[in-house]
Amino acid sequence: MCGICGCSQPRKINNRLQPVGVKSHHHEHDTERLVKVEQDLLSKNNAYAEQNRSYFQQHHIFTLNLVSSPGAGKTTLLVETIKVLKDRFPIAVIEGDQQTEHDADRIRATGVPALQINTGRACHLDAHGIGHAITELGVKDYSLLAIENVGNLVCPSSFDLGEAHKVVVLSVTEGDDKPLKYPDMFHASDLMIINKTDLLPYVDFDVERCINYARQVNPNIQIIQLSATKGDNFSIWTDWLVGRVET
Amino acid sequence: MHEISLLKNVREILEEHAISEKFSKVIKVTLEIGKLSSVEPDALRFGFDVVMKDSLAENAELLISELNGLGLCQQCGQQVELETSYDPCPHCDSPFIKVIQGAEMKIKDLSVI
Ligand SMILES: Nc1nc2c(ncn2[C@@H]2O[C@H](COP(=O)(O)OP(=O)(O)OP(=O)(O)O)[C@@H](O)[C@H]2O)c(=O)[nH]1
Ligand SMILES: [Mg+2]
Ligand SMILES: [Zn+2]
Repeated sequence: MCGICGCSQPRKINNRLQPVGVKSHHHEHDTERLVKVEQDLLSKNNAYAEQNRSYFQQHHIFTLNLVSSPGAGKTTLLVETIKVLKDRFPIAVIEGDQQTEHDADRIRATGVPALQINTGRACHLDAHGIGHAITELGVKDYSLLAIENVGNLVCPSSFDLGEAHKVVVLSVTEGDDKPLKYPDMFHASDLMIINKTDLLPYVDFDVERCINYARQVNPNIQIIQLSATKGDNFSIWTDWLVGRVET
Repeated sequence: MHEISLLKNVREILEEHAISEKFSKVIKVTLEIGKLSSVEPDALRFGFDVVMKDSLAENAELLISELNGLGLCQQCGQQVELETSYDPCPHCDSPFIKVIQGAEMKIKDLSVI
Protein backbone atom coordinates (compact mmCIF):
# COMPACT_ATOMS: atom_id res chain seq x y z
CA MET A 1 0.00 0.00 0.00
CA CYS A 2 1.36 3.32 -0.96
CA GLY A 3 1.77 5.77 1.91
CA ILE A 4 1.17 8.84 -0.18
CA CYS A 5 -1.55 8.10 -2.68
CA GLY A 6 -3.13 5.18 -0.84
CA CYS A 7 -3.22 2.91 -3.87
CA SER A 8 -2.05 -0.68 -3.80
CA GLN A 9 -0.23 -0.55 -7.07
CA PRO A 10 3.40 -1.63 -7.09
CA ARG A 11 5.81 1.14 -8.05
CA LYS A 12 5.75 0.98 -11.78
CA ILE A 13 4.74 3.85 -13.91
CA ASN A 14 3.08 4.02 -17.28
CA ASN A 15 2.16 0.42 -16.98
CA ARG A 16 -1.36 0.81 -15.83
CA LEU A 17 -3.54 -2.07 -14.88
CA GLN A 18 -6.41 -2.61 -17.24
CA PRO A 19 -9.13 -0.39 -15.77
CA VAL A 20 -12.41 -1.78 -14.62
CA GLY A 21 -13.82 -1.95 -18.11
CA VAL A 22 -17.41 -1.11 -18.69
CA LYS A 23 -18.15 -3.49 -21.51
CA SER A 24 -19.01 -1.74 -24.69
CA HIS A 25 -22.24 -3.44 -25.61
CA HIS A 26 -25.18 -1.18 -26.16
CA HIS A 27 -28.80 -1.71 -26.91
CA GLU A 28 -31.00 -0.57 -29.78
CA HIS A 29 -32.91 1.87 -27.59
CA ASP A 30 -29.82 3.72 -26.40
CA THR A 31 -29.77 7.31 -27.53
CA GLU A 32 -26.81 9.59 -27.85
CA ARG A 33 -26.36 12.21 -25.14
CA LEU A 34 -23.76 14.75 -24.13
CA VAL A 35 -21.72 14.41 -20.94
CA LYS A 36 -19.89 17.54 -19.73
CA VAL A 37 -16.42 16.74 -18.45
CA GLU A 38 -14.36 19.96 -18.30
CA GLN A 39 -11.38 18.15 -16.85
CA ASP A 40 -7.72 18.96 -17.48
CA LEU A 41 -5.75 16.24 -19.24
CA LEU A 42 -3.08 16.56 -16.58
CA SER A 43 -5.57 16.65 -13.71
CA LYS A 44 -4.54 13.22 -12.46
CA ASN A 45 -0.86 13.99 -12.53
CA ASN A 46 -1.51 17.38 -10.93
CA ALA A 47 -3.52 15.81 -8.12
CA TYR A 48 -0.69 13.37 -7.35
CA ALA A 49 1.78 16.25 -7.56
CA GLU A 50 -0.21 18.21 -4.97
CA GLN A 51 -0.22 15.19 -2.66
CA ASN A 52 3.55 14.93 -3.02
CA ARG A 53 3.93 18.66 -2.43
CA SER A 54 1.99 18.63 0.81
CA TYR A 55 3.94 15.57 1.95
CA PHE A 56 7.19 17.45 1.27
CA GLN A 57 5.91 20.47 3.17
CA GLN A 58 4.81 18.47 6.19
CA HIS A 59 8.13 16.67 6.33
CA HIS A 60 10.33 19.65 5.46
CA ILE A 61 11.76 17.97 2.40
CA PHE A 62 13.19 20.42 -0.14
CA THR A 63 12.64 18.84 -3.54
CA LEU A 64 14.23 19.71 -6.86
CA ASN A 65 13.33 18.37 -10.29
CA LEU A 66 16.47 18.42 -12.45
CA VAL A 67 15.88 18.54 -16.18
CA SER A 68 18.22 18.80 -19.17
CA SER A 69 19.04 17.21 -22.48
CA PRO A 70 20.89 13.89 -22.23
CA GLY A 71 24.43 14.31 -20.95
CA ALA A 72 24.31 17.92 -19.73
CA GLY A 73 25.78 16.79 -16.42
CA LYS A 74 22.86 16.23 -14.02
CA THR A 75 24.29 13.12 -12.37
CA THR A 76 27.79 14.60 -12.16
CA LEU A 77 26.33 17.74 -10.57
CA LEU A 78 24.45 15.64 -8.03
CA VAL A 79 27.43 13.43 -7.18
CA GLU A 80 29.65 16.48 -6.58
CA THR A 81 26.89 18.22 -4.60
CA ILE A 82 26.43 15.20 -2.35
CA LYS A 83 30.16 15.06 -1.65
CA VAL A 84 30.04 18.64 -0.37
CA LEU A 85 26.74 18.58 1.51
CA LYS A 86 26.03 15.07 2.75
CA ASP A 87 27.28 15.75 6.27
CA ARG A 88 25.12 18.88 6.57
CA PHE A 89 21.70 17.35 5.99
CA PRO A 90 20.25 14.07 4.70
CA ILE A 91 20.07 13.77 0.90
CA ALA A 92 18.16 11.27 -1.22
CA VAL A 93 17.97 10.93 -4.97
CA ILE A 94 15.40 9.59 -7.42
CA GLU A 95 16.87 8.80 -10.81
CA GLY A 96 14.72 8.67 -13.93
CA ASP A 97 16.07 7.06 -17.06
CA GLN A 98 14.44 5.04 -19.78
CA GLN A 99 16.79 2.15 -19.02
CA THR A 100 19.64 1.04 -16.68
CA GLU A 101 20.55 1.53 -13.02
CA HIS A 102 23.78 3.35 -13.95
CA ASP A 103 22.91 6.74 -12.53
CA ALA A 104 21.45 5.37 -9.28
CA ASP A 105 24.62 3.31 -8.86
CA ARG A 106 26.74 6.44 -9.28
CA ILE A 107 24.71 8.16 -6.55
CA ARG A 108 24.81 5.15 -4.19
CA ALA A 109 28.59 5.12 -4.51
CA THR A 110 28.57 8.40 -2.57
CA GLY A 111 26.77 6.69 0.34
CA VAL A 112 23.42 8.38 -0.23
CA PRO A 113 20.20 6.41 -0.88
CA ALA A 114 19.03 6.43 -4.49
CA LEU A 115 16.15 4.83 -6.31
CA GLN A 116 16.11 4.25 -10.04
CA ILE A 117 12.85 4.57 -11.96
CA ASN A 118 13.05 3.14 -15.45
CA THR A 119 10.38 4.81 -17.51
CA GLY A 120 10.71 2.41 -20.43
CA ARG A 121 9.34 4.12 -23.47
CA ALA A 122 8.01 7.08 -21.53
CA CYS A 123 10.07 10.21 -21.87
CA HIS A 124 9.40 11.77 -18.44
CA LEU A 125 8.72 10.97 -14.80
CA ASP A 126 5.20 11.42 -13.44
CA ALA A 127 3.94 12.41 -10.02
CA HIS A 128 2.35 9.05 -9.20
CA GLY A 129 5.66 7.23 -9.73
CA ILE A 130 7.40 9.79 -7.51
CA GLY A 131 4.88 9.26 -4.70
CA HIS A 132 5.71 5.56 -4.66
CA ALA A 133 9.43 6.23 -4.89
CA ILE A 134 9.32 8.50 -1.82
CA THR A 135 7.70 5.76 0.23
CA GLU A 136 10.14 3.16 -1.01
CA LEU A 137 13.20 5.34 -0.42
CA GLY A 138 12.13 6.43 3.05
CA VAL A 139 13.14 10.06 2.54
CA LYS A 140 14.14 11.68 5.85
CA ASP A 141 12.59 14.82 7.34
CA TYR A 142 14.55 18.09 7.00
CA SER A 143 16.33 16.81 3.94
CA LEU A 144 17.11 17.47 0.30
CA LEU A 145 15.45 15.28 -2.30
CA ALA A 146 16.85 15.57 -5.81
CA ILE A 147 14.88 14.08 -8.67
CA GLU A 148 16.89 13.62 -11.85
CA ASN A 149 14.40 13.54 -14.68
CA VAL A 150 14.85 11.71 -17.98
CA GLY A 151 17.25 13.58 -20.27
CA ASN A 152 14.75 15.42 -22.47
CA LEU A 153 14.08 19.12 -22.86
CA VAL A 154 10.48 18.73 -24.00
CA CYS A 155 8.16 16.40 -22.12
CA PRO A 156 9.19 16.80 -18.46
CA SER A 157 8.17 20.47 -18.62
CA SER A 158 4.47 19.57 -18.49
CA PHE A 159 4.61 17.11 -15.62
CA ASP A 160 4.63 18.62 -12.16
CA LEU A 161 6.13 16.19 -9.66
CA GLY A 162 5.39 18.27 -6.58
CA GLU A 163 8.88 19.81 -6.53
CA ALA A 164 9.75 23.19 -5.05
CA HIS A 165 11.66 24.14 -8.21
CA LYS A 166 12.52 22.81 -11.61
CA VAL A 167 16.22 23.31 -12.28
CA VAL A 168 17.30 23.18 -15.90
CA VAL A 169 20.91 22.23 -16.59
CA LEU A 170 22.37 23.43 -19.87
CA SER A 171 25.93 22.56 -20.83
CA VAL A 172 28.00 24.87 -22.99
CA THR A 173 28.54 22.19 -25.63
CA GLU A 174 24.85 22.26 -26.52
CA GLY A 175 24.67 25.73 -28.05
CA ASP A 176 23.58 29.04 -26.54
CA ASP A 177 20.21 29.11 -28.30
CA LYS A 178 18.70 26.15 -26.41
CA PRO A 179 16.41 28.42 -24.33
CA LEU A 180 14.75 29.65 -27.53
CA LYS A 181 14.57 26.21 -29.11
CA TYR A 182 13.01 24.59 -26.02
CA PRO A 183 11.25 27.59 -24.46
CA ASP A 184 8.67 25.63 -22.47
CA MET A 185 11.33 24.03 -20.30
CA PHE A 186 13.15 27.28 -19.60
CA HIS A 187 9.82 28.94 -18.96
CA ALA A 188 8.90 26.28 -16.40
CA SER A 189 12.25 26.35 -14.56
CA ASP A 190 13.18 28.67 -11.69
CA LEU A 191 16.93 28.16 -11.98
CA MET A 192 19.18 27.56 -14.97
CA ILE A 193 22.59 26.06 -14.37
CA ILE A 194 25.04 26.66 -17.19
CA ASN A 195 27.38 23.69 -16.76
CA LYS A 196 30.76 22.68 -18.19
CA THR A 197 32.05 26.25 -18.16
CA ASP A 198 35.57 24.75 -18.17
CA LEU A 199 34.92 23.98 -21.84
CA LEU A 200 34.04 27.57 -22.81
CA PRO A 201 37.48 28.22 -24.41
CA TYR A 202 36.88 25.36 -26.83
CA VAL A 203 33.31 25.98 -27.96
CA ASP A 204 31.33 28.75 -29.61
CA PHE A 205 28.98 29.47 -26.73
CA ASP A 206 28.08 33.06 -25.93
CA VAL A 207 27.12 33.07 -22.25
CA GLU A 208 25.59 36.55 -22.42
CA ARG A 209 23.45 35.63 -25.38
CA CYS A 210 22.31 32.44 -23.68
CA ILE A 211 21.31 34.39 -20.56
CA ASN A 212 19.40 36.92 -22.66
CA TYR A 213 17.52 34.18 -24.45
CA ALA A 214 16.65 32.50 -21.15
CA ARG A 215 15.37 35.80 -19.69
CA GLN A 216 13.38 36.37 -22.85
CA VAL A 217 11.33 33.23 -22.22
CA ASN A 218 11.44 33.57 -18.43
CA PRO A 219 12.24 37.02 -17.02
CA ASN A 220 12.37 35.64 -13.46
CA ILE A 221 14.83 32.81 -14.06
CA GLN A 222 17.89 32.64 -11.78
CA ILE A 223 21.18 31.66 -13.35
CA ILE A 224 24.34 30.00 -12.01
CA GLN A 225 27.35 29.27 -14.21
CA LEU A 226 29.62 26.47 -13.01
CA SER A 227 31.75 23.49 -13.82
CA ALA A 228 30.62 20.34 -12.08
CA THR A 229 33.85 18.48 -12.79
CA LYS A 230 36.38 21.30 -12.21
CA GLY A 231 34.49 22.93 -9.36
CA ASP A 232 34.45 26.54 -10.63
CA ASN A 233 31.68 28.54 -8.94
CA PHE A 234 30.43 25.38 -7.29
CA SER A 235 29.91 27.03 -3.90
CA ILE A 236 27.41 29.48 -5.42
CA TRP A 237 25.24 26.47 -6.17
CA THR A 238 25.78 24.70 -2.85
CA ASP A 239 25.07 27.98 -0.99
CA TRP A 240 21.88 28.36 -3.01
CA LEU A 241 20.86 24.89 -1.82
CA VAL A 242 21.88 25.29 1.81
CA GLY A 243 19.91 28.51 2.09
CA ARG A 244 16.79 26.70 0.95
CA VAL A 245 17.13 23.34 2.70
CA GLU A 246 17.96 24.88 6.07
CA THR A 247 15.03 27.23 6.52
CA MET B 1 6.08 11.86 -27.21
CA HIS B 2 4.04 12.72 -24.18
CA GLU B 3 0.88 13.12 -26.25
CA ILE B 4 0.53 9.37 -25.69
CA SER B 5 0.55 9.80 -21.88
CA LEU B 6 -2.00 12.57 -22.24
CA LEU B 7 -4.23 10.29 -24.31
CA LYS B 8 -3.91 7.57 -21.69
CA ASN B 9 -5.19 10.16 -19.21
CA VAL B 10 -8.10 10.90 -21.54
CA ARG B 11 -8.91 7.22 -21.59
CA GLU B 12 -8.77 6.95 -17.81
CA ILE B 13 -10.92 10.02 -17.31
CA LEU B 14 -13.60 8.77 -19.65
CA GLU B 15 -13.55 5.33 -18.06
CA GLU B 16 -14.24 6.98 -14.72
CA HIS B 17 -17.05 9.00 -16.20
CA ALA B 18 -18.49 5.85 -17.75
CA ILE B 19 -19.07 4.58 -14.23
CA SER B 20 -20.35 7.81 -12.65
CA GLU B 21 -22.46 8.83 -15.66
CA LYS B 22 -23.51 5.30 -16.62
CA PHE B 23 -22.65 5.02 -20.27
CA SER B 24 -21.12 2.18 -22.19
CA LYS B 25 -19.85 3.71 -25.38
CA VAL B 26 -18.26 6.98 -26.42
CA ILE B 27 -19.14 8.28 -29.88
CA LYS B 28 -17.26 11.55 -29.81
CA VAL B 29 -14.62 13.15 -27.60
CA THR B 30 -14.20 16.92 -27.65
CA LEU B 31 -10.91 18.31 -26.39
CA GLU B 32 -10.04 21.93 -25.84
CA ILE B 33 -6.39 22.61 -26.56
CA GLY B 34 -4.87 26.05 -26.11
CA LYS B 35 -2.26 27.23 -28.58
CA LEU B 36 0.08 28.04 -25.68
CA SER B 37 -0.05 24.53 -24.27
CA SER B 38 2.84 22.31 -25.26
CA VAL B 39 0.44 19.91 -26.96
CA GLU B 40 0.47 19.26 -30.67
CA PRO B 41 -3.11 18.61 -31.89
CA ASP B 42 -1.84 16.56 -34.84
CA ALA B 43 0.08 14.28 -32.52
CA LEU B 44 -3.10 13.79 -30.46
CA ARG B 45 -5.07 12.93 -33.59
CA PHE B 46 -2.33 10.58 -34.65
CA GLY B 47 -2.28 8.66 -31.36
CA PHE B 48 -5.98 8.74 -30.54
CA ASP B 49 -7.13 5.58 -32.37
CA VAL B 50 -4.22 3.55 -31.03
CA VAL B 51 -4.72 4.55 -27.40
CA MET B 52 -8.52 4.16 -27.52
CA LYS B 53 -8.36 0.71 -29.07
CA ASP B 54 -10.18 -1.89 -26.93
CA SER B 55 -11.69 0.84 -24.78
CA LEU B 56 -15.22 2.16 -24.70
CA ALA B 57 -14.05 4.93 -27.00
CA GLU B 58 -12.79 2.60 -29.70
CA ASN B 59 -13.61 4.14 -33.11
CA ALA B 60 -14.84 7.30 -31.43
CA GLU B 61 -14.51 10.58 -33.27
CA LEU B 62 -12.00 13.10 -31.93
CA LEU B 63 -12.82 16.79 -32.10
CA ILE B 64 -10.19 19.30 -31.07
CA SER B 65 -11.17 22.89 -30.57
CA GLU B 66 -8.12 25.13 -30.47
CA LEU B 67 -8.05 28.22 -28.30
CA ASN B 68 -5.98 31.28 -29.17
CA GLY B 69 -3.52 32.74 -26.70
CA LEU B 70 -4.58 35.79 -24.71
CA GLY B 71 -2.69 37.61 -22.00
CA LEU B 72 -2.93 40.58 -19.69
CA CYS B 73 0.12 42.83 -19.59
CA GLN B 74 1.19 43.32 -15.96
CA GLN B 75 2.76 46.67 -16.81
CA CYS B 76 0.35 48.57 -19.09
CA GLY B 77 -2.75 46.55 -18.30
CA GLN B 78 -3.77 45.92 -21.90
CA GLN B 79 -5.14 42.65 -23.15
CA VAL B 80 -2.86 41.20 -25.83
CA GLU B 81 -2.89 38.31 -28.27
CA LEU B 82 -0.12 35.79 -27.68
CA GLU B 83 1.57 33.40 -30.07
CA THR B 84 3.72 31.98 -27.24
CA SER B 85 3.47 32.34 -23.48
CA TYR B 86 6.69 34.41 -23.45
CA ASP B 87 5.88 37.02 -26.12
CA PRO B 88 6.70 40.53 -24.87
CA CYS B 89 3.86 43.06 -24.75
CA PRO B 90 3.36 44.61 -28.23
CA HIS B 91 2.39 47.93 -26.60
CA CYS B 92 5.03 48.47 -23.90
CA ASP B 93 7.51 45.62 -24.52
CA SER B 94 7.15 44.29 -20.97
CA PRO B 95 7.99 40.57 -20.67
CA PHE B 96 5.61 40.20 -17.73
CA ILE B 97 2.35 38.99 -19.19
CA LYS B 98 -0.21 36.90 -17.41
CA VAL B 99 -1.72 34.24 -19.63
CA ILE B 100 -5.52 34.35 -19.42
CA GLN B 101 -6.36 31.98 -22.25
CA GLY B 102 -4.52 29.44 -24.36
CA ALA B 103 -2.82 27.21 -21.80
CA GLU B 104 -5.81 24.83 -21.67
CA MET B 105 -5.64 21.18 -22.45
CA LYS B 106 -8.79 19.55 -21.31
CA ILE B 107 -11.62 17.20 -22.13
CA LYS B 108 -14.63 19.41 -22.71
CA ASP B 109 -17.38 16.89 -23.27
CA LEU B 110 -18.30 13.47 -24.60
CA SER B 111 -21.07 12.18 -26.81
CA VAL B 112 -22.08 8.87 -25.32
CA ILE B 113 -24.67 6.15 -25.43
N1 LIG C 1 34.20 19.03 -19.06
C1 LIG C 1 33.14 18.80 -18.26
N2 LIG C 1 32.47 17.64 -18.40
C2 LIG C 1 31.42 17.43 -17.60
C3 LIG C 1 30.97 18.38 -16.64
N3 LIG C 1 29.89 17.90 -16.00
C4 LIG C 1 29.65 16.68 -16.55
N4 LIG C 1 30.57 16.39 -17.51
C5 LIG C 1 30.68 15.16 -18.32
O1 LIG C 1 29.52 15.06 -19.14
C6 LIG C 1 29.17 13.68 -19.34
C7 LIG C 1 27.71 13.45 -19.01
O2 LIG C 1 27.52 13.72 -17.63
P1 LIG C 1 26.31 13.11 -16.79
O3 LIG C 1 26.46 13.64 -15.42
O4 LIG C 1 26.24 11.63 -16.96
O5 LIG C 1 25.08 13.79 -17.54
P2 LIG C 1 23.51 13.54 -17.29
O6 LIG C 1 22.85 14.83 -17.54
O7 LIG C 1 23.30 12.91 -15.97
O8 LIG C 1 23.18 12.50 -18.46
P3 LIG C 1 21.83 11.61 -18.64
O9 LIG C 1 21.41 11.13 -17.30
O10 LIG C 1 22.26 10.53 -19.56
O11 LIG C 1 20.84 12.54 -19.27
C8 LIG C 1 30.12 12.88 -18.46
O12 LIG C 1 31.16 12.39 -19.26
C9 LIG C 1 30.62 13.92 -17.47
O13 LIG C 1 31.92 13.62 -16.98
C10 LIG C 1 31.71 19.61 -16.53
O14 LIG C 1 31.43 20.51 -15.73
N5 LIG C 1 32.78 19.77 -17.38
MG1 LIG D 1 22.22 11.20 -15.49
ZN1 LIG E 1 2.14 46.25 -21.87
